[in-house]
Amino acid sequence: MKLMWFHLMPYTELPEDFRDANPSVWVDIHSSLFDPKRAHLMYNDFMDELEYAAEVGFDAICVNEHHSNGYGLMPSPNLIASSLARRTRDTAICVMGNSLALYNPPTRVAEEFAMIDVISGGRLIAGFPVGTPMDTCYAYGTNPSQLRERYHEAHDLVIRAWTEKDTFAFNGRFNQQRYVNVWPRPVQNPHPPIWVPGGGSVETWRWCAEMNYVYCYLSYYGYKAGRATMDGFWSEMDRLGKDRNPYQAGFLQFVGVAESRQQAFDLYGEAAEYFYGRCLHVDPKWATPPGYTSEGSQRAGIESQVKKAADAGVRGKSTGERFAAVAREMDAIVENGYVIIGSPDEVAEQLREVATQLNVGHLMLLLQFGNMSKDLTRYNTKLFAEQVMPKLRDVHASWTDHWWPQPMESAERADVPAFVPKLAAE
Amino acid sequence: MSDLETLTIDVNGFPTRIWRKGSGPKIGFLAGLGGLPRWIPFLDELARSRTVIVPSLPGFPGGDRGHSVLDSHLDWLLALREILDKADLAGADLVGSSVGASLAAEVAALWPATVGKLALIAPFGLFDEKNPPTDPWAQRGDAVAGLMCADPENWKALKSPPDGTNSVEWPIEQVRASEAAARIFWPLGNTRIEKRLRLIKAPTLLVWGEGDRIMPRAYAAAFAAGIAGPTTTRFIANAGHLAELDQPAAVASAILGFLGNR
Repeated sequence: MKLMWFHLMPYTELPEDFRDANPSVWVDIHSSLFDPKRAHLMYNDFMDELEYAAEVGFDAICVNEHHSNGYGLMPSPNLIASSLARRTRDTAICVMGNSLALYNPPTRVAEEFAMIDVISGGRLIAGFPVGTPMDTCYAYGTNPSQLRERYHEAHDLVIRAWTEKDTFAFNGRFNQQRYVNVWPRPVQNPHPPIWVPGGGSVETWRWCAEMNYVYCYLSYYGYKAGRATMDGFWSEMDRLGKDRNPYQAGFLQFVGVAESRQQAFDLYGEAAEYFYGRCLHVDPKWATPPGYTSEGSQRAGIESQVKKAADAGVRGKSTGERFAAVAREMDAIVENGYVIIGSPDEVAEQLREVATQLNVGHLMLLLQFGNMSKDLTRYNTKLFAEQVMPKLRDVHASWTDHWWPQPMESAERADVPAFVPKLAAE
Repeated sequence: MSDLETLTIDVNGFPTRIWRKGSGPKIGFLAGLGGLPRWIPFLDELARSRTVIVPSLPGFPGGDRGHSVLDSHLDWLLALREILDKADLAGADLVGSSVGASLAAEVAALWPATVGKLALIAPFGLFDEKNPPTDPWAQRGDAVAGLMCADPENWKALKSPPDGTNSVEWPIEQVRASEAAARIFWPLGNTRIEKRLRLIKAPTLLVWGEGDRIMPRAYAAAFAAGIAGPTTTRFIANAGHLAELDQPAAVASAILGFLGNR
């Protein structure tokens, strides 16, 4: 299976009383909490951490897009990805991703992703999220009643822009472009693999199944809460007669490894409580722009609550309700499975269980979370790479990953010289 | 007063409900935020001396998913023009509330012969940075009723499912009403109607709840200043944004008094 190292890039110095003194970490978080000089150090630490993860052997490094967000400092993940493309050589670069409807024209995504793919020699995974309500409808002002239609049209435009040989006119419902002709074109043929992070909507499951895209469930609530959603995806795949190839799925999981479970509990408790307490403090008023959730998903959610179905805790709950119900003490965080902790053996065993039960071939691991220091992040990452990763390599070994980047041959690729700072005296 | 009749017309392929009640000169009503999931006392007040005709707007209760094919402001206005014609409201007096008032004003501007006199209850359409309307789509669930009405119970009475309704479809229909309003007015409520107000020649009554917590009272003056026809402004005590829900008799009486006998 593939083990991928994911960074959210959280601002690490939200004050202790953040939760009580501020309405929300997202959309209207106050600018006075942002110190650019401290953020300079954070960004550089975070990029060091991503590069380190590549160095110690993770299969991919992952970045994502958020706006006006105190736990996600990447309005443009593409900027980070382009730097990573120059500072890593063989690791896949997963941009998870660009919220298609926010780019005007959407061919901007085709262009920037193609640039990253070309610079990296074909190592890009192209993530196409719809985007959260906070990012899309509030921070970016996109009409929630048109968001999904705009997303799907932008997707069609980007795919055509990558694959059509000749300049073409795009006559869409929302986008009209007389001359579409993207330069550069991606290295990967016909285009980088497409992964779609989504919530638990039937429409998204069906779309991923039909388009042969990877479905990713990027939840902060761990494998216990994620089970119902992944089961929903696989039963939709079954219904459509598709293979249960685990590589058509991705799942996000927080992990803290140490010598023992107790040591992990002690080491990672502060960072976990920082994340679940401060970073997920989102005002519920930002969670339900009308039209964002499709009527099909609303119906499924209400029906599962009426039937008291097993997944009622996840489906039909708005983002706001989920945020409000979140556990914030380390005991409950671990108990609920938000963060998997333990010795390398214990973590490997739990992740094997997650990968098997959820039938997921791509685990996206958050080994830095909350205000975790660079040292602790490095420790967590190194221990995972050296002592957990080898124990998981055989999982799903009988399946082929058809959704992994196909880079240029190593010999064809440019040498990227390591950065060596000149001494002032030279 | 005649019984309530329910008719269905086709608008862009979507069945659209028309309510009709009363006798006398025709008067149209376009509902505000939330639409009309049920008949309201305000309409009975109007029906005492008028034939009240109440077309649903696309996506609002009774309007199916008609909003889903309307992508631009022009699409909305053409759909509304078609609805008014099919509802037999061409030339009649027109009353609108909130988002519906904004559309009523647009029709009066673009097709003056379609509208007799105009009554607008706290219309949407303008945006003043220094005194912005409240964002109706970024609210905690428990705050909405108190923003819509001076007495939150009046909003709850509009929105609570009647006995025997489909418990799955009813809440979806209420979200759809909010979505339909958002589809026209997201994110600021600003349709740049200020450019078209000068085309409104109809005598116009502006009605505002004194306790409107969505659309500031100062907007009444802005509409009055922009509209070319003669305007009258009436503030209604103990009423919020949807003043017709809080004070049905007082709002109906202000409107009927303004319209006079035709």
